[in-house]
Amino acid sequence: MPAFAKKSAEVVLETVGLTKTFGGLTAVDALDLRVHRGEISSLIGPNGAGKTTVFNVVTGIYRPEGGKVLFQGENITGRKPHRIVERGIARTFQNIRLFQNLTCLENVMAGRHARTRSGLLAALLRPGSQVEEEKETRRLAEERLSEVGLWESRHELARNIPYGRQRMLEIARALATSPRLIVLDEPSSGLNPRETGDLMEFIKRIIREEDLTILLIEHDMNVVMGISDWVTVMDGGRKIAEGHPRQIYHDPRVIEAYLGGGT
Amino acid sequence: MPALSGSLTGSRTARLALMAGVILALVIFPFFASDYLLDVAFFFGIYVLLGLSLNIVLGEVGLYDLGHAGFYAIGAYTTAVLNTRFGIPVLILLPVSALAAGLFAYLVTSPIIHLRGDYLCIVTIGMGEIVRLALINNPLGLTGGPNGVYGIDSPTLGFLALDSSTGYYVLIWVVVALSILALYRLQRSRIGRAWNCIREDEIAAQATGIDVRAYKLLAFVLGAALAGVAGNLYAVKLMVVSPESFTFWESCLMFSIVLIGGMGSVPGVIIGAAAISLFPEIFRSFASYRLVVFGVVMILMMMFRPGGAWPRRRGGTEAQDLIRRLGRSRG
Amino acid sequence: MRVFLEQLANGLTIGSFYGLIALGYSMVYGVLKLINFAHGDFFTLGSYLGYTMLVLGAGFVTTHLGLWGGLAVVVIVAALCLALVGVVVERVAYRPIYPAGRLPAVVSALGASIILQNLIMIIWGPRYQAYPAALIPNFPIHIGGMNLTGLQILILCVSFALMAILYFVIQKTTWGAAIRATALDRDTASLMGINFNKVIRFIFTLGPALGALTGVMVGMYYRQISFTMGWNYGLKAFTATILGGIGNLPGAMFGGLILGVLEMLGSAYVSTAWKDVFVFLILILVLIFRPNGLFGEKIAEKV
Repeated sequence: MPAFAKKSAEVVLETVGLTKTFGGLTAVDALDLRVHRGEISSLIGPNGAGKTTVFNVVTGIYRPEGGKVLFQGENITGRKPHRIVERGIARTFQNIRLFQNLTCLENVMAGRHARTRSGLLAALLRPGSQVEEEKETRRLAEERLSEVGLWESRHELARNIPYGRQRMLEIARALATSPRLIVLDEPSSGLNPRETGDLMEFIKRIIREEDLTILLIEHDMNVVMGISDWVTVMDGGRKIAEGHPRQIYHDPRVIEAYLGGGT
Repeated sequence: MPALSGSLTGSRTARLALMAGVILALVIFPFFASDYLLDVAFFFGIYVLLGLSLNIVLGEVGLYDLGHAGFYAIGAYTTAVLNTRFGIPVLILLPVSALAAGLFAYLVTSPIIHLRGDYLCIVTIGMGEIVRLALINNPLGLTGGPNGVYGIDSPTLGFLALDSSTGYYVLIWVVVALSILALYRLQRSRIGRAWNCIREDEIAAQATGIDVRAYKLLAFVLGAALAGVAGNLYAVKLMVVSPESFTFWESCLMFSIVLIGGMGSVPGVIIGAAAISLFPEIFRSFASYRLVVFGVVMILMMMFRPGGAWPRRRGGTEAQDLIRRLGRSRG
Repeated sequence: MRVFLEQLANGLTIGSFYGLIALGYSMVYGVLKLINFAHGDFFTLGSYLGYTMLVLGAGFVTTHLGLWGGLAVVVIVAALCLALVGVVVERVAYRPIYPAGRLPAVVSALGASIILQNLIMIIWGPRYQAYPAALIPNFPIHIGGMNLTGLQILILCVSFALMAILYFVIQKTTWGAAIRATALDRDTASLMGINFNKVIRFIFTLGPALGALTGVMVGMYYRQISFTMGWNYGLKAFTATILGGIGNLPGAMFGGLILGVLEMLGSAYVSTAWKDVFVFLILILVLIFRPNGLFGEKIAEKV
């Protein structure tokens, strides 16, 4: 597998002056964010800083009131979520949103939806092309499951596997969409230290092996320091700092934001 | 031969045997059943069709549709009006009725498909009622008002008249069989998966690349079309259609069929339909009490088996897996 | 103009009925997220109980209580009976189902509705029953050249008074706050010390009691009652609930009034035959364009 240069010059995701308000509350205030190809970029900040809102706007769940979102140069602002997945952005959720009563395999197969075509007639008449597509969907889904170590559990219902494994299942489902950019919302939340370590190794591995870029929201500083190439800090909807992890760690503004020095 | 998990093969063989038994029973039945029993079996088949049609919307996608009788009515009245006014043969009107109901569903649910579960439920109730009331009010003199439309022809297949009790029986159960085949295929397809994902978690489904709106709409259109088919067959059998066959109560019955039988489960729908159509037959003499008992049964079912009488078995992937492995081992 | 005002009065009357019934729906839906299909049947049952009491107790009323006293007793007894029925239904048919989810609860509510409706039919018969005219105080009143009846004025006054009292209870008392809090956020409410079961008991006594009261008033006003009333009024009342914004109790009352007026105007100026269609169309249009109702608050879902 070709190695991809980290921190290449190419900008994969960019938000320009992104603003999102809910009634009177400004959740995101004129945010400029830039993520480069092959990078692991972290978005951190105290609770309520607007991080998940940024994700929701980028993935099409919310329309922003101002600014725009550019993905690989294309303006995707306000597009519908499934279109954005087709373009190549996949995500996971803070509170894990799996298809609880479907099997692990079915969950990951769902990820192939945006990359497959079979419609109503194909489903009813079962031409060769549809049968092939189904086989391929299964195969790719099983591959992703093996990658995250869930091969044995593939016929288990998603709600019956342990929490830590559910997180990995969600990531496997996101990977199944063959994305260019994966957006992970607090992936280490609820994981014990060993699982967190496995997660970090996994992320580092897939970045090496595939042409992927990762943007994540994290509270666990070990994860942020351990794998990020770039860190952006938000507070009160605004970007207050950005830079290499080491720089951010010692930045007084960041420390103050976390310790609640104002607002 | 790799070791097979006993329970899996056991249940699989059992289910195949059951299916064969049912098909056999269906085929033999007309030979020794009275006309009355054949008629009962016909209406049982109608309810199976209706249950299957609502199952697409409610069972597969999880949308609460309490106005499904409206689509049933559109199908029935399309057949009735086009046949009595223009003499179009009723069997040709079968796909036409399906189309009419499907088109109607498309037009009417497009603006409301985004509504949240309970609100959608209320709107469907309203839609069903609007259809029924519109039919009673006889717009453009088309629908015959409260008395409905009468004098619908009997079905003919070339020179073969199907207007005996046996004929109708065969007609409905052939349609049911084809519908079941189609639904099984849909269930195990990309579309079926998308539907189930939407039912489980709409937002996750969207985030996984599924066009939720389009698939919900598709479910409604297909469900309406199948209900339209049921409407056509109903009209043909009864030779009369009137608005009182398409009340909210009918929608409730269909809803109960899917719920009592098991959401998304085809065998469950058949059981549910049996419960709904055969159960009142058994209790015919206790006419008013039967409904009270029915209500009690509904509540008890929800208390003790909210998953339905024959819940959908997930892990169909497991069975397919086994078959593949068996195939490979044989080299 | 005169006709318009008379229709307005009619509309407000029936609207107040819808509003009072809608309150019951809104309370239950707000707190439990359950469409209590049986609520319309509580209303019907109250109406029938009133009927039976009046018919059986005709002699007693005329000799001992007088017309007004008789009505007062009927109303109170009916309300109390229905309060009891409401609590029983909740305990028996709904509470065991909550853990199973919203859909089974809806089915259970449907089941309860079917049971009640058919029990009413079995006990009282499928034909219309009529409230005895002799026992209902009535007298024509002419205000500003309009033909109204004393009964209508009375009902309007009682209904508005009730709504005002309920508005006060909901907005200003602890009980009302408890209901509103539980409807907004059940978990936080119980963390704040609000006893969920008590709230449930309260809404399932108040709602059905109000329904019974409304049922008696409907019986007096229209004189004819039928066991299918619950369905018709129930659906319209639920429309009123949606109009006012789900879980918004004052909204439900206003929604009812607005709906009643719209229905009357529609029937007078458009067509009587299509008036029900008109009402349902309103419902659908509201849900499409203003799903939070005319007065509701937006409750965003956290993603």
